[in-house]
Amino acid sequence: MGKFTEDDLKKELETKEYEYGFYTDIESETFPVGLNEEIVRAISMKKEEPEWMTEWRLEAFRYWQAMVEPDWANVTYEKPNFQNISYYSAPNKKPKYDSIDEVDPELLETFKKLGISLEEQKKLAGVAVDIVMDSVSVATTFKKTLAEKGIIFCSISEAIKKHPELVKKYIGTVVPQRDNFYAALNSAVFSDGSFCYIPKGVKCPMELSTYFRINQAGTGQFERTLVIADKGSYVSYLEGCTAPSRDENQLHAAVVELIALEDAEIKYSTVQNWYPGNKEGKGGVYNFVTKRGICETNAKISWTQVETGSAITWKYPSCILKGDNSIGEFYSIAVTNNFQQADTGTKMIHLGKNTKSTIISKGISAGRSQNSYRGLVKISPNADNARNFSQCDSLLMGNKCGAHTFPYIETKNKTAQVEHEATTSKIGEDQIFYCNQRGIDTEKAIALIVNGFSKEVLNKLPMEFAVEAQKLLEISLEGSVG
Amino acid sequence: MSLKDKLLSSYLAFEDNLEQDSPIHDLRNEAIKIFESKGFPSKKEEAWKYTSLNALLKSDYSVFPKQLERSIEFKEVKKYFLHDLDTYKIVFVDGVYSSFLSETTHDKLDVCLMSSALNKAKYKPVVEAYFNKAAKQESLTALNTAFAKEGAYIHIPKHKEVEKPIEIINFSTGNEAAVFLQPRNLIVVGENAHVQIIERHQSLSENEVLTNCVTEIFAEKRAHVDYYKIQNNVATASLIDTTYISQERDSDCNVHTFSFGGKLTRNNLNFYQEGEHCNSTLKGITILEDNQHVDHNTLVHHIAPNCESHQDYKGIFGDASTGVFNGRVIVEKDAQKTDAFQQNNNILIDDKATINAKPQLEIFADDVKCSHGCTIGQLDEEAMFYMRSRGIGKKEARALLMYAFANNVLESVKIPELKRRINKLIANKIGVSLGFEI
Repeated sequence: MGKFTEDDLKKELETKEYEYGFYTDIESETFPVGLNEEIVRAISMKKEEPEWMTEWRLEAFRYWQAMVEPDWANVTYEKPNFQNISYYSAPNKKPKYDSIDEVDPELLETFKKLGISLEEQKKLAGVAVDIVMDSVSVATTFKKTLAEKGIIFCSISEAIKKHPELVKKYIGTVVPQRDNFYAALNSAVFSDGSFCYIPKGVKCPMELSTYFRINQAGTGQFERTLVIADKGSYVSYLEGCTAPSRDENQLHAAVVELIALEDAEIKYSTVQNWYPGNKEGKGGVYNFVTKRGICETNAKISWTQVETGSAITWKYPSCILKGDNSIGEFYSIAVTNNFQQADTGTKMIHLGKNTKSTIISKGISAGRSQNSYRGLVKISPNADNARNFSQCDSLLMGNKCGAHTFPYIETKNKTAQVEHEATTSKIGEDQIFYCNQRGIDTEKAIALIVNGFSKEVLNKLPMEFAVEAQKLLEISLEGSVG
Repeated sequence: MSLKDKLLSSYLAFEDNLEQDSPIHDLRNEAIKIFESKGFPSKKEEAWKYTSLNALLKSDYSVFPKQLERSIEFKEVKKYFLHDLDTYKIVFVDGVYSSFLSETTHDKLDVCLMSSALNKAKYKPVVEAYFNKAAKQESLTALNTAFAKEGAYIHIPKHKEVEKPIEIINFSTGNEAAVFLQPRNLIVVGENAHVQIIERHQSLSENEVLTNCVTEIFAEKRAHVDYYKIQNNVATASLIDTTYISQERDSDCNVHTFSFGGKLTRNNLNFYQEGEHCNSTLKGITILEDNQHVDHNTLVHHIAPNCESHQDYKGIFGDASTGVFNGRVIVEKDAQKTDAFQQNNNILIDDKATINAKPQLEIFADDVKCSHGCTIGQLDEEAMFYMRSRGIGKKEARALLMYAFANNVLESVKIPELKRRINKLIANKIGVSLGFEI
């Protein structure tokens, strides 16, 4: 192999194709485009939802109508036409599966291509997976094993039917319907998503996982995830996403709500690999996601995300540290390439006493992409002895991309300790030279440096997921991660 | 009538009195239109997120204050000058030049007035080349441009090292119940020239004052500018101070801002590095109490390669005071090899004090070294205990720690008399006398 320079890497990054860009020809039922109260009702009816849920959706829809799309993020794009999207698309053959063997072979093929062979995962990883395709949950594995522990892990539509008391009590408590433009939209039209409840004192024996995929053209995906960890319980939750390559921009507006009751711990990991558009910046998914968790006393929420896809990312997984001694964590790697734009970060709202939060954010920009970190650390007057540490590092590859940092720090308590630091750099010639000098070729050296740069975050991913995350980083930065 | 309407109608009267062939006639008309369409900034604007002008804008300000009949005696205001040092002085009382208190010059360099620069033919080329050239079309700057009439005009020719510092002082006398002042300064520092400037706004009464000051500084090749802003005004005075600094290659500009007083102070400090190998330093010490509010809004725009910038702001906030730090560093894609550093450290002393910090980096070039750090914390309990155990009183121990905290900024003040003065201001502010100098 010849000499691999940073320029080669750059070229490779630019030309590397999206591996998951296939489209599965599955017959599906898709609603006509457009959005009005009728459509909202129709979705609700289709899902056989109770009256209160329909009302809840309509309420959200009315809020949404009065709202305007936010434009404060550091991204530029053509605003989607919300009347030009189909708000419901479901694979047509939609029986209920009890085991993997009953699943439509074509679907299984899709999952194989995605690299998440269910069978394999079942055997090797012991991961329970809920798969959401075009907004509808198609398969939930390991349900029985989980049921024995009293854990509820199912699609949210099933939960609305079977556990309405839980859904009613918690939905919209962390992300209210009128929270923001996209959350309101999601509340009105969400078609499915995952629901998870861990009973008191139960430590979930396996990683729970959801896989999202947009398949149909001209559809938006709006899923809603609700995770409730009751007192003293623990759960680790994984989420992954892909979409076919299309010339148009697809919209993904999800809402994730986490509720960690006293002494509970939730670990939420995301590997986001929506189609980022081609190398001219055509197509790709608009990813406008609202993720937020609330921590009661002594609870802990940890967000880990690896963001490699989407044309536009607009995402701020947040923690409301309501209870005393609660802990919030945020670990993120965001890789942008070609014409991708990411504006992502976190919010840590300290309300309780002795609350702690840690933010580690790594941004890697290549091509003509723009990568922004935007975060808020807020210490309220009652949050005595609150502690925060934030670190945001950016790595630039090439001089056509940009890396930006917009941290907001608001402190109203004199006992607070807040630290923030950020650096921006490129892979130094001296670093490469040092490696070369010791017999490590340039390709390996770049791999080594990028790997070291992201290690802090990669280490936080659950074992089962780390493999996949590594794979996705390879797609975005192949030749540099060894 | 709102202040905006009042200003717009006063502008018509103001404009009628001016000579129509003034070189900046068109600029004024254009500027008032910008202000008319944008109005006063509100909290909805990102740059004003943490500072609201609403409470200030309610007062019935006099836009063209009546002049005081008696003149101010030097001994009344002596303490506001660096009186133990020989300096050039440009003094304004209620927006009007006071020749009695001033000491200007035309000998080899111009230390004089904006009004003469705008009106005399011999300054026309300079005014045309520089006036409003660095200023941006922000609403408050535009408002100042529209009413620009008086202020300091300083022009240092090539290779001239100014032997003594220049003081620019704006007094307000309280001759009117509430007064709105808009000084406009223009400072042009020629190639290889060197100048030190101290700026101060001081109210002599308890009447309300709102000052909207704009300063433009041009540093030519290898020029060296040291600028000190002392903000220790009375509790009824508010200041919006906007400074634009345009730097050519190899120039070195340092701005120190000491904010100890005033009701609301907003500093917009903007650096534009147009040439290679520029160096910009922005430092500040903020010590607040009561309900004071200080907002430091800085911008360093790295346009050319191989430049450096350093920012270091320290803040100590007591009582129910509010501190805002909004620092922006932009590195353009051609500005390779930039070295930009930004630091903001804050100490909260009381429960009701608030800090809002937003240090931002926007980077479009890859071969750069940019970093920022921001901390919020308390005085070190262990250090306090150590000093107390050695017989140092609580107040003094606290003061020592505060001095140590702020010292990085203080020690880079290059005029010893000024440093001593600031030391004294800090000691007064904290209410201690240490008996030695730091």
